[in-house]
Amino acid sequence: MIFLTRKAEFSSAHFYWNDSWTQEENERVFGKCANRNGHGHNYTLEVTVAGEVDPVSGFVVDLKELKEILDREVVSVYDHRHLNHEVPEFKTAIPTTENIAVAIWRRLDGKVPNAKLHRVRVYEMPDLFADFYGESTHG
Amino acid sequence: MGDARPIALLSRRYHFSASHRLHTEAYDAERNRAVYGKCNNPHGHGHNYVVQVTLRGPVDAETGMVCNLGDLDAFARTNLLEAFDHTNLNTLKCFADAVSTTENLAIEVHRIFARFPHARLERVHVEETGNNSFDLSCGEPHAFFMS
Repeated sequence: MIFLTRKAEFSSAHFYWNDSWTQEENERVFGKCANRNGHGHNYTLEVTVAGEVDPVSGFVVDLKELKEILDREVVSVYDHRHLNHEVPEFKTAIPTTENIAVAIWRRLDGKVPNAKLHRVRVYEMPDLFADFYGESTHG
Repeated sequence: MGDARPIALLSRRYHFSASHRLHTEAYDAERNRAVYGKCNNPHGHGHNYVVQVTLRGPVDAETGMVCNLGDLDAFARTNLLEAFDHTNLNTLKCFADAVSTTENLAIEVHRIFARFPHARLERVHVEETGNNSFDLSCGEPHAFFMS
């Protein structure tokens, strides 16, 4: 089994807000992230897939194809967008780094031929990132 | 995200600068020099350390978070950065009886963040330089001394 990781980048705006809370509660919990005008980040996405090396091609997956899948499923939807206002999954979920990792997993799961999605890592900044290993781990 | 609460890992990196000297009273001067090399130079030297802590837990349905970053940063400021930044590690209580290697530093960092009350510590990763890093996974850190 080989693990292969492909990176992609997207730049997006977001803010943190829970509609069932008052403004005061939102500001207390989310601090400056609750500013409803939003702010933005350069996100880095790392997608790790696991699979066997094809004896003919020498590939686990075709990297060009994986890049196209990431572009189609994630980057074209998230890049230069406001996550809260323009990306459907964040109508109901706060676009935290954790939830972005979960949402990207759900977008990619089953879409990569001949390989198993292993990990989705999302960097909001170089010093902050979230990992998601799939739905089998629920609390 | 519905009622199911997916488990995610959240990692945060903190930076501090400190001096140290690798030296043990258990060895004589010659053996200290042989084992620790230039790290045994008597007046010490320093590094820009990076501590990366990984916490594991269900993504809270209300906040979308494994834990509140403000809480984690405040905890790190009080318990890690204020204790270690711009210090000589050898003068700290935790290194009174332990050589201030980055392995031992990682064990101490693990002890500190294991007390963080809002999420479970999964892993500690400490970088001494861009070329040296040390990892400690969850579990009893003392086991690493005894193994």
